[in-house]
Amino acid sequence: MSAAVSSLGRRSVGQRVQDEPPAARAALIAVALAFLGLFLVLPLALVFVSAFSEGVGAFVSAITHPDTLSAIRLTLLTAAIAVPLNVVFGIAAAWLISKYEFAGKSVLLSLIDLPFSVSPVISGLLFVLLFGAQSPLAPLLALADVRVIFAVPGIVLATTFVTFPLVAREVLAVMQAEGSQEEEAALTMGATGLQILWHVTLPKVRWGVLYGVILCNARAMGEFGAVSVVSGHIRGETNTLPLHVEILYNEYVFAGAFAVASLLASLALVTLVAKEVVQWRARRGRTPLRPAPEVGA
Amino acid sequence: MSVEGIALVKHFGGEGEVAAVRGVSFQAPAGRITSLLGPSGSGKSTLLRMVAGLEKPDAGTVHIDGRDVTRIPVREREVGFVFQSYALFRHMTVADNVAFGLRIRKRPKDAIAKKVSALLDLVQLGEYGHRLPDELSGGQRQRIALARALATEPRVLLLDEPFGALDTKVRVELREWLLRLHEELPVTTLLVTHDQEEAFELSEHVVLLDAGTVAQAGSPTEIYERPANPFVAAFVGGANKLAGDRDAFVRPQDVGVRKAHGEDGDHVAIVERLVRIGGYVKLSVAMKDGHTITVQMPKHEFDERGIERGDRVLVDLRDVKTFPRGDYAI
Ligand SMILES: Nc1ncnc2c1ncn2[C@@H]1O[C@H](COP(=O)(O)OP(=O)(O)OP(=O)(O)O)[C@@H](O)[C@H]1O
Ligand SMILES: [Mg+2]
Repeated sequence: MSAAVSSLGRRSVGQRVQDEPPAARAALIAVALAFLGLFLVLPLALVFVSAFSEGVGAFVSAITHPDTLSAIRLTLLTAAIAVPLNVVFGIAAAWLISKYEFAGKSVLLSLIDLPFSVSPVISGLLFVLLFGAQSPLAPLLALADVRVIFAVPGIVLATTFVTFPLVAREVLAVMQAEGSQEEEAALTMGATGLQILWHVTLPKVRWGVLYGVILCNARAMGEFGAVSVVSGHIRGETNTLPLHVEILYNEYVFAGAFAVASLLASLALVTLVAKEVVQWRARRGRTPLRPAPEVGA
Repeated sequence: MSVEGIALVKHFGGEGEVAAVRGVSFQAPAGRITSLLGPSGSGKSTLLRMVAGLEKPDAGTVHIDGRDVTRIPVREREVGFVFQSYALFRHMTVADNVAFGLRIRKRPKDAIAKKVSALLDLVQLGEYGHRLPDELSGGQRQRIALARALATEPRVLLLDEPFGALDTKVRVELREWLLRLHEELPVTTLLVTHDQEEAFELSEHVVLLDAGTVAQAGSPTEIYERPANPFVAAFVGGANKLAGDRDAFVRPQDVGVRKAHGEDGDHVAIVERLVRIGGYVKLSVAMKDGHTITVQMPKHEFDERGIERGDRVLVDLRDVKTFPRGDYAI
């Protein structure tokens, strides 16, 4: 029934397109392409062109500068901590929400979206309030000799917070779409909750998890707002790649800034390709994936 | 391994909502197939899920082999459950699907392999072990689901509209196949279906549900011949409701018609429509009192009588079931 309706719907859309006169169609396509070129391809190309504007030597030295290498290390470290954490918590939250009925479920659902509904800068400020010098926790942290704000832990915390919804939302959508009959079948065959999670649910949602990981990783490496607030911009210590780009740019080291930016742009391209591959594989396995959510910066 | 439900009640959602199951008691004799029959929404699946432990009853108890299992978790009830939509593990091969329950129980590898191939042979899919569920037809998938449910040697087999997603031809084939399988392996079985033909053909005991209550329980013959109330009379055999001061029903095949030759009276009717369906003919005839009733007669009988559309016919109601007028809604 629904299949019939949707295929009907598709047909009528197709027909409408075919009804356009060829000239109008060509014009529409041209406008779309021009827009894409102007706003997406051109800036991206410009990043790479500017990166090499002072020659390959300058590019290489900008990339291999100790501050850049330190920023790369910190960015990788942050993602290496934030992404696995979000995978674990994301799967746990999605599992809870889709398989169980409990009081406060809707609260949990809206909490998951919280990081997306507040500006990342505010998220960063939240952590400053929570762990900064003015916070009630400050004496405790001082006692334990732990620095959170203007240090690596703060950056990891803020990044994890900001990217939390990406895995959770994605996995939740897949779990809800797939239903839980397979889990119920496993239950009647004597499987325990953990066995069901491992042998039935995770394989079922694996493309959703992978998709979430790709989005989460891209965002974790590219996050600027929240990290900027908690980082303190200490060169060689608390600068991630996006922050490093900003610093170089503000210091008029344009070629260097663009060289570093080209790394991030390459990451974006790799992410795009990986996303497409996963979506294609998931479609073959008929796992519905949500389109990537809008991310307010 | 008989199954018994006593005064089972299940509510979904808020206080105001009508319960899905409202005090159902039933018995499923050991080693037999018992059908839970009823229209859509009558609570069949809910009842079956309570027997499996997938749904917790608000009140009432479930007994398997005389033992109260109401508080026993699903995992320990030793039931096999087959879903209408198969619920096979799509990322596992057919053989791995069947082996799942045995692997969970940490049975030795060679014992599992032996059992799996025996089960695949039993459901006549011995050659299909290496395939993925997506590479099978619906009927084949459902047979694998059944093999998987049988692998752990359940005490009770629970089938929720197992043939509901299949076309008529495959359904009829699988029905016969299931009967033979059950002769070979007489596991106590509860079968949920909304198809009375399926229920009557497969089971010796039928529990007919109506809006969360038991309308009648008994053998197919009892239910067919002696409907306990107007709901059963109307539900079974697609009976016609007749006009009058009592609730009266007659089945299409229990009505005879022949050409009227000038007679008049209450039993004269006009043939409004006739459809030939294979070996029999279905007629709609308009009675004097304004009711239209459906008549079904064998093709040869019909042809002998030379009846055509628009003809005046004499209607002979052979087997009318009557009930004192109640406030049943049908
Ligand atoms: N999980 C649920 N949440 C809320 N209401 C439910 C749920 N499951 C069943 N119901 C309601 O309970 C009633 C009985 O449902 P049930 O699925 O048992 O009917 P059924 O006889 O199996 O019908 P069908 O032949 O359509 O499968 C229905 O009114 C249904 O809407
Ligand atoms: Mg049902």
